Amino acid sequence: MGRIVLEKVSKSFGDVEVIPPLDLEINDGEFVVFVGPSGCGKSTLLRLIAGLEDVSGGRILIDDQDATAVPPAKRGLAMVFQSYALYPHMTVRKNIAFPLRMAGLDKAEQDRRVEQAAEVLNLTDYLDRRPGQLSGGQRQRVAIGRAIVREPAAFLFDEPLSNLDAALRVGMRLEISELHNRLGTTMIYVTHDQVEAMTMADKIVVLQAGVIEQVGSPLELYRAPRNKFVAGFIGSPKMNFIEGPEAEKHGAHTIGVRPEHIAASPSEGLWKGTVGVSEHLGSDTFFHVHVDGFAEPMTVRAGGEVGLRHGDTIHLTPEEDKIHRFDAAGLRIA
Amino acid sequence: MARTVTTPRKLINTAFAWAVGLLIFFPILWTILTSFKTEAQAIASPPIFLNFDWTLENYAVVQERSNYTRFLWNSIIIAGGSTLLGVIVAVPAAWAMAFVPSARTKDILLWMLSTKMLPAVGVLYPIYLLFIQLGLLDSRAGLVVVLMLINLPIIVWMLYTYFREIPGDILEAARMDGATLKEEILYILTPMAVPGIASTVLLNFILAWNEAFWTLNLTAVDAAPLTAFIASYSSPEGLFFAKLSAASTMAIAPILILGWFSQKQLVRGLTFGAVK
Amino acid sequence: MATQHSRSVARLMMAPAVVLLLGWMLVPLTMTLYFSFKKYLPLRGGDLGWVGFDNYVRFVTSSSFWPAVQATLVIVGGVLAITVVLGILLALLLDQPMWGQGVVRILVIAPFFVMPTVSALVWKNMFMDPVNGLFAHLWRFFGAEPISWLSEASMPSIVMIVSWQWLPFATLILLTAIQSLDSEQLEAAEMDGAPPLKRFFFIILPHLSRAITIVILIQTIFLLSIFAEIFVTTGGAFGTRTLTYLIYQRVLESQNVGLGSAGGVYAIILANIVAIFLMRIVGKNLDA
Repeated sequence: MGRIVLEKVSKSFGDVEVIPPLDLEINDGEFVVFVGPSGCGKSTLLRLIAGLEDVSGGRILIDDQDATAVPPAKRGLAMVFQSYALYPHMTVRKNIAFPLRMAGLDKAEQDRRVEQAAEVLNLTDYLDRRPGQLSGGQRQRVAIGRAIVREPAAFLFDEPLSNLDAALRVGMRLEISELHNRLGTTMIYVTHDQVEAMTMADKIVVLQAGVIEQVGSPLELYRAPRNKFVAGFIGSPKMNFIEGPEAEKHGAHTIGVRPEHIAASPSEGLWKGTVGVSEHLGSDTFFHVHVDGFAEPMTVRAGGEVGLRHGDTIHLTPEEDKIHRFDAAGLRIA
Repeated sequence: MARTVTTPRKLINTAFAWAVGLLIFFPILWTILTSFKTEAQAIASPPIFLNFDWTLENYAVVQERSNYTRFLWNSIIIAGGSTLLGVIVAVPAAWAMAFVPSARTKDILLWMLSTKMLPAVGVLYPIYLLFIQLGLLDSRAGLVVVLMLINLPIIVWMLYTYFREIPGDILEAARMDGATLKEEILYILTPMAVPGIASTVLLNFILAWNEAFWTLNLTAVDAAPLTAFIASYSSPEGLFFAKLSAASTMAIAPILILGWFSQKQLVRGLTFGAVK
Repeated sequence: MATQHSRSVARLMMAPAVVLLLGWMLVPLTMTLYFSFKKYLPLRGGDLGWVGFDNYVRFVTSSSFWPAVQATLVIVGGVLAITVVLGILLALLLDQPMWGQGVVRILVIAPFFVMPTVSALVWKNMFMDPVNGLFAHLWRFFGAEPISWLSEASMPSIVMIVSWQWLPFATLILLTAIQSLDSEQLEAAEMDGAPPLKRFFFIILPHLSRAITIVILIQTIFLLSIFAEIFVTTGGAFGTRTLTYLIYQRVLESQNVGLGSAGGVYAIILANIVAIFLMRIVGKNLDA
């Protein structure tokens, strides 16, 4: 079981309120990602759930039990830290066994669970090494192993992939998703990378300045962002925002169009502009277009092999039904 | 990346650096050599460098005449005792400041440092008077306490800088893993801090061993350590160079060996972490 | 970062160290202040009553005060100049690629570990003795008249002994600082056309400035209270009586505690002026 409920939870450091009172429900078995720019309070929120920080107000319920005043170790949660936080003086085996040793399990049971975790994580050959002798990805797996053996009610991940190189990150992302499928345990995952959020989450919680901007499945957030912030944060490349007369035509203060929802043509279209930088990725091409009359250049996705070059004239047409409309306060107009 | 240099260039560097190094080391080398000479050879003109009759006689005479082992024992007890006591007091304090910092931590650290700057001579009489009143004059216990106090700021600082290098994440991970404060200190912190604590002990043992203001002024006979033992050779009596050398060698040899192990920690300890 | 519970535990853990140092600072300091306003001669009548600022005035107007200030300044200034300049040169030398670097480093550092009474006595007798010292042999070898170092050139001799003790400290710190210099900076300067001497003045020296300041401040604090070196060489004679030694003589030799305590207060103020600068640098480093 791993149902976590936050009721009016808030946190202040001194006079600074980093998280105003917020409510959140995390259901058993869900993979929830907290995402937001750095300093948005997502890590703090995770640490409040872990019990590494005291809440300033509100309650935290774990499986319907009030856990607000329960010390970290007694909450039945396991955490994987950004720095992995492996114990450098212990072997991999001892690292993974540490929580079991603290829980007072007998030696045989410790060994059994460590062997099992090592097998799952492909660490069997490395059990007698020290963390210093492992690669980044292997260390990451040891940290996860240390979390698994406790059979926790929920896993907490604090930016676990940010210290890995790009290729490894994609691999570990898959491994963690697979682990979630296999264990079916609740996982709370903090990241600033919206790609990680979109690819892994059942439910995404978008945070900004300690406030939950929106909660929903990746596609809900993509299709119907509640405000400009979420619209701009979810999706890559970023959504284009247009203000002024063009927006007023749609009865909005600002309209937003995703780069993939704009058709580009050399000859005809709604908006006319000039190609600036073009990025060729092979499968896709992204054009930065200076549209006549628009303040900001627009990003447009075109097919892989469109033959437009710097300085060429280009015509753009947005898909009418994929235009997002926002009012002056940045909120979505339904 | 460091560039490779040509061999001739490296040869010149080596020759020059060794010459300078030996020049600086020469007084110590000369003292050690002289300690194995006879008194006549010690003052021979021109001086004899290596070609003399090596003898251990001086060491025997020094031990017999001034009871070297008693001074040595005092030095060990005073330096060791003050260091041990200091570490016992400093470990919890440094732990708290490194891992549970508050707004005042920095002020407390700087204030501790400021007590180290107090010139000894400024408080000489009060301490002297207190020692007489408490019957501590010429006692090892008294010196252990005083040397512990003058080195305590350095011990706290060194431990603090070492502890700060232990990532806070690891202690939190231990807490999440169910370790109590006691287990956290026992299984995680202590093993990780042992190298730092060892260097701290080493450097402070050396500082206490060489301390020569309080050890000279607060001891007479019973508690006098090696600093005082050597000072008793300040008024010459006949031929005594070889014996002085033997006594000096005996006083510095233990610490020279320890010192070579602690050279890296020296910088950190004596600059309060400002240069690493 | 921390919870309420850990905060109160932390306070408890700091208490012993804080209380001990507070006592160590306040008790003797208060007593020194107290005595400094008294005429107090333990061997000649004891406590002879309050005298106001009399001791402070007498201490600075006594005929030995200004010579003591001068001696102190010469020793501190001389040793600082020698150790910093030679220290930089030595650090540059030790930073060069060579064979046996570790051993040379040890040779250079060794004097720091020699206890002050030993180094003072070894220099006084084996090197500076006007009849049998090595210097006397050297002088005679070149046909010169040996010098009676500690009486005829007392100040340079003491400066030399103390510099020998402190040179390793300066060298080691400056070497550490040099080694922390990013070699790409030097390569960039080289690409920009700076010859070695300019690289030293424009890149290395500025990089060292903080380390140099720290060396100067820390050494000043230790040098101001030099004691054993004077105690076993000249005993304060031949113009080598520093402020520290003067106060020591007033307190323990002539047992004029009131006068000595006033001197002690001066010494404390002087040391604190230097300390403030040092603390600023160290404090800034804490934030980083």
